[in-house]
Formats: sequence, structure tokens, C-alpha cells
Amino acid sequence: MTISQVSFGSHEPVLDVKDLTVKYIGDTRSTTAVDRVSFSIGTGEVFGLAGESGCGKSTIANSIMRLLKDPAKIAGGSISFGGKDVLAMSPEELRRFRWQDVAMVFQSAMNSLNPVLTIGEQIVDIFTTHAGYSRKESLRRAAELLELVRIDPARLKSYPHQLSGGMRQRAVIAMAVALKPSLLILDEPTTALDVVVQQEIMAQIKDLQRELGFSVLFITHDMSLMVELSHRMAVMYGGRIVETAKAQDVYANPRHPYTQALMGAFPPLTGPRVPLTGLPDGVKFRNIPDLSEAAPGHFVAPFGADAAVIDSANLAGAAR
Amino acid sequence: MSHSLTSPAAGSTTSTPALEIRGLGKSFPIGGLFSRRSVRALHGVDLTIGRGEIVALVGESGSGKSTLARCVARLEKPSSGAILIDGVDILKRDRIQASRAFRSQLQMVFQDPFGSLNPAHRIEHFLRRSLAIHGKGGGSEEETRRRLEDLVTTVGLQADMLNSYPHELSGGQRQRVAIARALAVEPQVILADEPTSMLDVSVRIGVLNLMRKLRDEQGISMLYITHDLASARYLADRTAVMFAGELVEEGESLDLLANPAHPYTQLLVSAVPDPARAGSYDPVRRAELRQAVMASTTCAYDGDPNQACSSEEPVRHQVGDPNNRHWVRCHLYRPWAGNDGHALAGEPAQPDLPASNAQEKASA
Repeated sequence: MTISQVSFGSHEPVLDVKDLTVKYIGDTRSTTAVDRVSFSIGTGEVFGLAGESGCGKSTIANSIMRLLKDPAKIAGGSISFGGKDVLAMSPEELRRFRWQDVAMVFQSAMNSLNPVLTIGEQIVDIFTTHAGYSRKESLRRAAELLELVRIDPARLKSYPHQLSGGMRQRAVIAMAVALKPSLLILDEPTTALDVVVQQEIMAQIKDLQRELGFSVLFITHDMSLMVELSHRMAVMYGGRIVETAKAQDVYANPRHPYTQALMGAFPPLTGPRVPLTGLPDGVKFRNIPDLSEAAPGHFVAPFGADAAVIDSANLAGAAR
Repeated sequence: MSHSLTSPAAGSTTSTPALEIRGLGKSFPIGGLFSRRSVRALHGVDLTIGRGEIVALVGESGSGKSTLARCVARLEKPSSGAILIDGVDILKRDRIQASRAFRSQLQMVFQDPFGSLNPAHRIEHFLRRSLAIHGKGGGSEEETRRRLEDLVTTVGLQADMLNSYPHELSGGQRQRVAIARALAVEPQVILADEPTSMLDVSVRIGVLNLMRKLRDEQGISMLYITHDLASARYLADRTAVMFAGELVEEGESLDLLANPAHPYTQLLVSAVPDPARAGSYDPVRRAELRQAVMASTTCAYDGDPNQACSSEEPVRHQVGDPNNRHWVRCHLYRPWAGNDGHALAGEPAQPDLPASNAQEKASA
């Protein structure tokens, strides 16, 4: 069993990423932001990508949408969506692919609304441009869409600044699912929001997902949130996947020391107060090897004394 | 007026708390130059931190927790109330601005370790300066040197990092430098405003552990301000919940988060993602809580604790075992309904309900 064959349910994968490598090419040196990453997402599956800032998770999302700009370059690997090669698409194909096949909600997306157009005008735009509906029909659908995310359709006439952050974020999510894409990419969709609003939005995404049946690529650094929402997840470190399995398995039995550190970074809300350690300052993993199957469906990058470079003085200091 | 539920500090040897906030209020004027309108950011906040105690202040953005921190740090002038350190009202003592004596009693650690260290200086400079300004250098160069090395090793850094520049350090290491700088003046109280929210998640817990270690070994009291309930539970002895500029609930952290009594606290607790209770989200219950919270935005506590509880003027009720020093201030609280886990009535209180039998006598 290879990694790309493991998916939730027996469905054909919607998205299949194989050995994706992305480099940022500079004049004097280049950096590998994503290094031979493979994963697949099945129909109706929620796949989580966890990791800290700079680990390459947003770069992957942008590669799938073909949004990478210089100096970033896809240096190797393949991305296929429903059997089509995303990396070989023409600009006209890409135009259809984006939004209709794959939609993306960006980090602090609520600030991506155009401040001088009403919410209604912006949603109507999607339908008239991408679906070719009449204006009247588009307006009717826009109202439906807002109802779907529980915003009063009267808000179609509101400007973005008249809505709260949570409402704007919900409007953006409504716009993302407007054309019923088969894959929705959520890049830290709730980081700028308060916890209460965050949970309501996540619950809404879950409802929408169940109703419309799309797949989700969910990117965040919040492990607790990810385990709650995802079916399967992968943990990234320095451009590589260090562990991938069913979310519940990762939660119950994290195997890679980095995954354990990420888990330990979120103290539980129940049970006794136990000391947690996290990742000491200065601990780095280098030359992370390819994943191997540690348990059925649970893939972990082998780690040993040579894989983790530990700044010993720092470790001693931080452990005290 | 110190509150009988909150004044005895865990493990305190004297009865004077390290930091005591009494009836603190702060309004900001809004509108034009001649406008008389103002927005009330803080209202009647009473909070006590015992010696060697860590108290967390939680709430969402806009609830007033940072305003409270800025008032206590004397970066903002409170409109009313008193701030006592060691029993001395510092607002009266240092009328115009914070004195050096005050700064040596209370130090701050800010949210952003990337913005709080001047990039042009080495780490040694920050610490040496703190020592020099507060006269803790010890007289001789060797003594100062020894103190500097002590400081960096206390916060878990290597002694040779004294020669590093901030850009050479990671976020977690910088926050440790910021903590060392606060420690240099040997304060009684450290005020930490979201000290981990800008750090990479995997090093956050290390900084929390350091704060706990400082409390355990040096007996420093801390006010830990955060929006992260899980970390408050992890670090703090007691947790106070702020809503719309007022404290609505306070208690031992474990007890408060296990048995939240105020609808706002319940809302916050239920919103924290926790895989251990995945699927516990109940939209109907959520809507009820939200409504209760909205209804309680008019809650006000005007000082007289002996009046009957009402939706306008709720009083403090004790929750559960008095040892947990857990109280809530909400007209919806029904102590006799507390066994089923939802100690809240669904609708506002009837005026003739005997709410006063659970009333806490708040005057000391």
C-alpha cells in the first residue's frame, strides 16, 4: 500500500499530489520550500495539513491553485485533479479549474472582499462571470448562498465594513462554495477570529461539507482544531511530511517527535494538569527520510539520532 | 473593599497580596473634541493576586483585558479605582507617571518579542541596562557579569548568547530574553500580556514552563493575560474571566473550567477545540448561551453587594466548594440547579426568586 492509495473510504482520489517539490530561486542561493511531498484526498474527505509557519503548507496550497509567482518554481512532481494534470493546464483551462473545480479561502480572507462593492455585487459577479447566469437569477442564487451560511439575505446590500469579521469570513466561504467546487482549500480560515466565532465557522464548514459533499484541504497550525475536523491529516516540517494517518490515530498515538511536540503544545481542557514539554528551542530535524508505514495506514518518517540535530546546550537549558 | 472570596492567596505568608486591583474603571472619550460621550472599557474590576500566585485573565478581543494590563502597567491612566502593590496605592503615590520604584516592583512581558527588543543592540545591552537603571549591578564588573550570566541561564539560554543580536535568536529565545530583562530588576509581579501568542506553537509550552518555574523558584506573582483557555488552565492557579469590561467569573483554574457558571464562560469553554470531546458541539445549546450572553451585556455591579440579584445588577454567587474560591456574577445562576451541569436558567430571573440566599457577602 503506498501513501497515495490510502484515503478515506474507497473513492477515487479527487486530488493526487506526488513528489511535489517547490523551490524559491534566488540570485545566489535557492531554498526548497516543499520537498518531495505526496498525498491524496478522496471524494468527500477532509484532509488536514498541519505545521508551523514556514513549513511549506501554504506553498502547497498555492501550487495546487497554480498561484505561485516568481521566484517560486515547481521543480518536480505532479498534481492531478480528477485525472487531469494541473501543472499542464492552459490559462483558459486554469480559469475554469479555479473556483469551479477548486476554490480557496485564504488566511484572513475577510480582508479580501472588495470594500467598495456590496456583498451582493461580489457574489453576483461569480455567477455572471463563471456560470453565465442572468443578473436576476444570480441575485436569487446569491440570496440562497447567504442563507446557506446563515446570514440574512438582506445583507446582500451591505458593504464589507458593515459586517463583523465572522460574518465576512462566512460570506467569503459562501462565495467559495458558490459554484459547488469538488475541492475547497482552507488556509488557516479562522486564525484572525475569536474562539467562539472560530468554532461556529468550523461547524458551518462541516455542515456545508456534509450537504454539498466536497472534499477539503484544511491547513492550520492548531492541532486540536485539525483533529476535530479532519478525517486524515499530515504533519509537515521543513517542507517535508513527517507523519500522516487518520486524524484520530495521530491524536491518540503521535509517533514522530515533532508531531508529539505539536500535540504537547496544546494543553488539554479536561483531566489532570500534567507537565508538557513541547519542542525545546534549538531542536531541528534535518534530512528527513521518506515515510514508511509504522502501522496500517499510519506513515511516519523514520527518525534517529542522525535525523534530529539537537543543540544540546539549548536542550538542557529549556528542559530546566 | 477587598473581596472575601479572593483575598486569601494560596501559600501566602502575609495577608498583604502582591497586587490588588480595586474597582478599576477606564473610559475612553469618543466622538469629536467637544463630545461628552465615552465608551466604558473597564468597569469596577476587582482582582487580587497573592504572593507567588499566577492568575490568568481570559476573554475575547475587545473584552478589556489589554486595557486592564495597560492600566496596571501605568501606560494608561485609569478613570477610577486603585492599584495596590504591597498594600500601597501606586496611583496615589506616583501621581503623574510610574516611578522607578514602581517599575522595580512590577515588570511587563509583551506579546511581540520581535518588536520589544531593539535590533541594534546585543542581548547583553538590554540586561545590563536593566541592572544599571535599577542599581542591581552589584558594584563591580565581575559581579555584574556574574549576574548577567545567571539571568540568561535562569531563562534557559546559554551564557554566550549575551553576545547575540536579537535577529540571531528564534521567537521563543527572544521571549526568554524579554523575560530575563524583566527578571533583572527582581520584580514582585510580572504582567505578561499574551506572551506566547506570537510564538511558534511548538515552543509555546516551553515559555509557559519557564514562567511556572520562575514562580516556583523565585516566588514571583504573575498576571497572565490570554485568550487561550487551555494555556490558562495549564499555567494559572486561578483564572478570571472578563466580559465587556467586567469580571464575570473567577475561581481555581481547574474548577472554573470544569464547572463554568457564567454563560459567557460556558460559551468560551465550549468553543475551545478539544479532540477529547469532539462532536460535543451543540448548536441549540450554543444559541441559548449566546442569547444569555447577549442579554447580560447590561450587567452592572454598582458596589452594594447586599441588594437582590437582578439582570441589571447581578451579585457575586459562590460556586461549589468554598475552597475553590470560585464565584460568578450573573443573574442567571441557580445554585440549586447546579447538579445537572447546566446551572443556568434558560430565561432571566423572576424578581421574586430567592436569589439572595446564595448571595456572597462581598464586603470585607
